[in-house]
Amino acid sequence: MKTRSTHEIHALLVDRFGDAVGPLSEPKIDPFCVVKRERIVEVCRFLKTEPGLELDFLEDLTAIDWPKRNVIEVVYHLLSYTHRHSIVLKVEADRANPVVPTVEGVWKTANWFEREVYDLFGVTFEGHPDLRRIMLPDDWIGHPLRKDYQEAGGYHGLSNVRENPLVELKRLDDAKKAEAAKAAPAAAEPAAKA
Amino acid sequence: MEKLILRRVDRNSEEMVLNFGPQHPSTHGVINFIVETDGEVMKRAIPDVGYLHRSIEKIGEVVGYPGFMPFTDRIDYVAAMFANEGYAIAVEKLLKVEVPPRAQWLRAISCELCRIASHLVGVGTMTMDIGAFTPMVHGLREREEINDYIEALCGARLTYNYHRIGGVAFDLPEGWRDKVLAFLDRFDKFLPEFDRLITFNEIYKRRLASVAVISREQAIGYGLVGPNLRGSGVDWDVRRDMPYGAYPHFKFEVPIGKGWAGTVGDCFDRYYVRCLEMAESSKIVRQALETIAQQPEEIMAKVPRNVKPEAGETLSRVESARGEMAYYVVSDGTNKAYRVRARTGSFTAMSVIEDISSGLMVADLVALISSLDVVAPEIDR
Repeated sequence: MKTRSTHEIHALLVDRFGDAVGPLSEPKIDPFCVVKRERIVEVCRFLKTEPGLELDFLEDLTAIDWPKRNVIEVVYHLLSYTHRHSIVLKVEADRANPVVPTVEGVWKTANWFEREVYDLFGVTFEGHPDLRRIMLPDDWIGHPLRKDYQEAGGYHGLSNVRENPLVELKRLDDAKKAEAAKAAPAAAEPAAKA
Repeated sequence: MEKLILRRVDRNSEEMVLNFGPQHPSTHGVINFIVETDGEVMKRAIPDVGYLHRSIEKIGEVVGYPGFMPFTDRIDYVAAMFANEGYAIAVEKLLKVEVPPRAQWLRAISCELCRIASHLVGVGTMTMDIGAFTPMVHGLREREEINDYIEALCGARLTYNYHRIGGVAFDLPEGWRDKVLAFLDRFDKFLPEFDRLITFNEIYKRRLASVAVISREQAIGYGLVGPNLRGSGVDWDVRRDMPYGAYPHFKFEVPIGKGWAGTVGDCFDRYYVRCLEMAESSKIVRQALETIAQQPEEIMAKVPRNVKPEAGETLSRVESARGEMAYYVVSDGTNKAYRVRARTGSFTAMSVIEDISSGLMVADLVALISSLDVVAPEIDR
């Protein structure tokens, strides 16, 4: 077992893939590096199989939506059971038509993770064997984890919009008060005359 | 889904396509399986998940950092302590806050009790799925008692909301320590009793031995974690190998599957690893309760009321009852998280089923699902 730091792993990656692998980010807590979209499968396979690295566990695969930069980042968290080191990779995809090659061939677990990202972010994974929605129904409109997602206001006639129950209570309360006010002047008026 | 159901059904064969679930007692929540069978033997079972999807990750982007804590409970309500802890650790890493030692001890105690409770449900429902009702009742009896102690500690029996960003909500109540130690004395005797009752029962063992074997390579490739991973013989435990909180101070073993009844990575291994883990958790709680008196009284670090970490991102890992639970939290410098992601063990455990199920008997699918100990809301979040 030889635990390497993220910097060492990154240096090995840059040696091998040149400018397909971007610089390691400023260590804002956890650093990451951005990999060119076309090379991600190669990079992943290298990281998984290279002796001494063996990042055999795809810990997490998810995405982040950045409307301001007009990209969706797909994030790969890799970990090695043998060497206990890890690295975070990111791939940037165009927000209008996000397409990223699948790493399902490298780690089987990517199959479901990528389906989830496809479902909730609308990223298409090229070469994925079974790219279907996983959480939401097949005919759902939109991708909820995108920042600009708007609810359609219902699904097949089932409304998902509801008034705030407090508003409802307030209305009942107001109605009661109005009724009481209506009854009260009638009772109060004769007393005032007297 | 319809296309999926109707494709490749040959009307002249014995082949059938069945819906197994979504409301089925052995699916442990609302999960559907589309089972393609040829008589009693399955061609494959395709899991269809998402019935409990509540988009908790989106909620995390709306409610602000401390406000998200009660929602984490709902990710895994059988072992909610871990969901709390993982999220708290992630935000603490973003804030660069050091948790006081006593709070770390309290976290370890509450989490390990919660692990015992969760495993009792896990192994209990597994025996019930196989057809033995009594052991489950025994398991739930012990779990009830643990729930009582956790209730005394934090006021809730299921969705605890006990861990806070920077510490925990309450210190130990008076007399709690002795009561729990007395319970653990009884519980340590309960485990061998449970083994005599069901684990080494010949019928039960044969029912699980060499059924639904998940090899080491498959387990790693499919991203299985926790007891499911260790059942396949991978020696990995986040508490020991990437220690966090108070765990470096405790001594405990990490049980791994040895093929006790048949092959390494079969249903029995996954089951028995959980039984052994309960004994280890009991050891950890004992050690923590013995040393907690030496820790200073502080249980909360100084955390601003308006939690506003600087921009950055982090991943926190905890060893939940269902394996590694990771929170990936991205901050953009405001008081709301830009992205909260919960990586859960049940999700990846479900993904292995389609591959493993081919060639299994329909009845063994039940054994496979319960041996993976999946919790439906943790899959769907």
